[in-house]
Amino acid sequence: MVANATDETHSEVESDHNGIIRKFHHLLHQTPALVPLIVLSLSIMVFGLLLGSKFFSPFALTLILQQVQIVGIVGAAQTLVILTAGIDLSVGAIMVFSSVIMGQFTFRYGLPPSVAVACGLLCGSLIGCINGWLVAKMKLPPFIVTLGMWQIALAANFLYSANETIRSQDIAAEAPLLQLFGTKFNIGGAVFTVGVIFMVCLVLFLAYVLKHTAWGRHVYAVGDDREAAGLSGVNVNFTLVSVYTIAGLICAFAGWALIGRIGSVSPTSGQLANIESITAVVIGGISLFGGRGSILGMFFGALIVGVFSLGLRLMGADAQWTYLLIGTLIIVAVALDQWIRKVAS
Amino acid sequence: MEPILEARGLVKRFGRVTALDNCDFELYPGEILGVIGDNGAGKSTLIKSLSGAEIPDEGEVFLEGEAVNFSSPIDARKAGIETVYQTLAMSPALAIADNMFMGREIRKKGLIGQLFRKLDHSGMQKIAHEKLTDLGIMTIQNINQAVETLSGGQRQGVAVARAAAFGSKVIIMDEPTAALGVKESRRVLDLILDVKSRGIPIILISHNMPHVFEVSDRIHVHRLGRRLCVIKPDDFSMSDAVAFMTGAKKPPSEFVGTA
Repeated sequence: MVANATDETHSEVESDHNGIIRKFHHLLHQTPALVPLIVLSLSIMVFGLLLGSKFFSPFALTLILQQVQIVGIVGAAQTLVILTAGIDLSVGAIMVFSSVIMGQFTFRYGLPPSVAVACGLLCGSLIGCINGWLVAKMKLPPFIVTLGMWQIALAANFLYSANETIRSQDIAAEAPLLQLFGTKFNIGGAVFTVGVIFMVCLVLFLAYVLKHTAWGRHVYAVGDDREAAGLSGVNVNFTLVSVYTIAGLICAFAGWALIGRIGSVSPTSGQLANIESITAVVIGGISLFGGRGSILGMFFGALIVGVFSLGLRLMGADAQWTYLLIGTLIIVAVALDQWIRKVAS
Repeated sequence: MEPILEARGLVKRFGRVTALDNCDFELYPGEILGVIGDNGAGKSTLIKSLSGAEIPDEGEVFLEGEAVNFSSPIDARKAGIETVYQTLAMSPALAIADNMFMGREIRKKGLIGQLFRKLDHSGMQKIAHEKLTDLGIMTIQNINQAVETLSGGQRQGVAVARAAAFGSKVIIMDEPTAALGVKESRRVLDLILDVKSRGIPIILISHNMPHVFEVSDRIHVHRLGRRLCVIKPDDFSMSDAVAFMTGAKKPPSEFVGTA
């Protein structure tokens, strides 16, 4: 009898314990951006306590936003592609090539900067469209397609630009439109740039589109189960081609923002954008297997990287500590994703 | 009575294999037609030809007496033929309502819907809830729950509800009980009978003889790419049906060819 009673209380405690875990599991399932948001808040708090007003100031916090704007914009493109269970390794190359086109069309051919910018945006969309066509119609694996496109776009970028950088002073004097995204404005010590505003608006806009339009739901459905989506009436090929095209367009915008950020047009810039964007996406809790996660998570993921980089630098730590911590976060994030995907039976 | 869905002389070849060899088919209004046949007899090719997933090389398909040419399952769906696939064709990570309206979402009325293309989430959830309650499968607490959190039977229920909600003329069910346990199969069979009682004819493809014999009005026996015979479950035993299917026994000549 006694043994029985203890058994019962024991199992009750256990089921209670399981209940909490299950609730937590369910919550994460519903709101995948929650974990990165918690990590972000914690890391801001920890660095704020350690560094005081050096870190916890409008200037430093908005500096983080400026530092992550390129990764944030490219990460938005990467998010769309990864949600369809793909991956885009060519994002950085598309970005640089588009920025070079904007610069060279203005300075080599004397086109009005607005036309050159339009050409750059068009070029980015076109490359994205080719990626999408190869993935959707030719049914090639996205990894291979974009691995190839990465090399092609990067090589085209070096060949076309002849490895030539357009100086910041020349751009400021002759075509200030190219540096539009770098325009700064100051609100009580907080410094914002057009690029930062663009990144935030882009993320919010895409969050709306992904949640509240049929196209957004189709992106998730295609990533979740391509076959099933097709059978239930989703135009899979259109969805894929449009996703890669829009990703290309966003990367071209990132190229424009890149000119604003660094001032000059340099064919050697932004080499790490593809890896950094994938990092932001993964830390943001978006599943590399597609169909799960939210773009807000990617935004938080990019900010986490930014907070770690700036915080550790202000503490005078070796930059390698940042990579070490980011690497750990990536592995933890993927492990968490596996756990979320495993449905409690 | 006119058949609602009819096929005449369907031929489908895959290279040297003839999957359909001059095959005929009829489905009458308000009935459940079981389709049985050995593996490789061509029954799934027949079903795919009817649901638009395959395009037959020869022959014609008629829906309510009119010739139709489906080039995709979406075409067939638009014409009122819904298919519940064996794989269920649902996105596991998405919610029940999302899945039920996948590919035919409802947008909000007015400017928000037209200009911003905003979906009417609450409207779709309400309809999904109604349809599931209608079919008595509203043991599901939350319509926003992801499909992967449902049991096999519940998933099948959602897939059937989706077909019943939109399939105005014909519902095709491919092995609906294959992955289910005894209790869950029971519920799905009841669901099939319930859908039938609403006047929607059903084509039921299954390997499970007791299930086919229990719910079917007529049984189409498929063998070697064509219809061998159509029998009534009351006239023959299950072992007879298996014998016809495998060629161990010849069906009486009056049943061969036609209904």
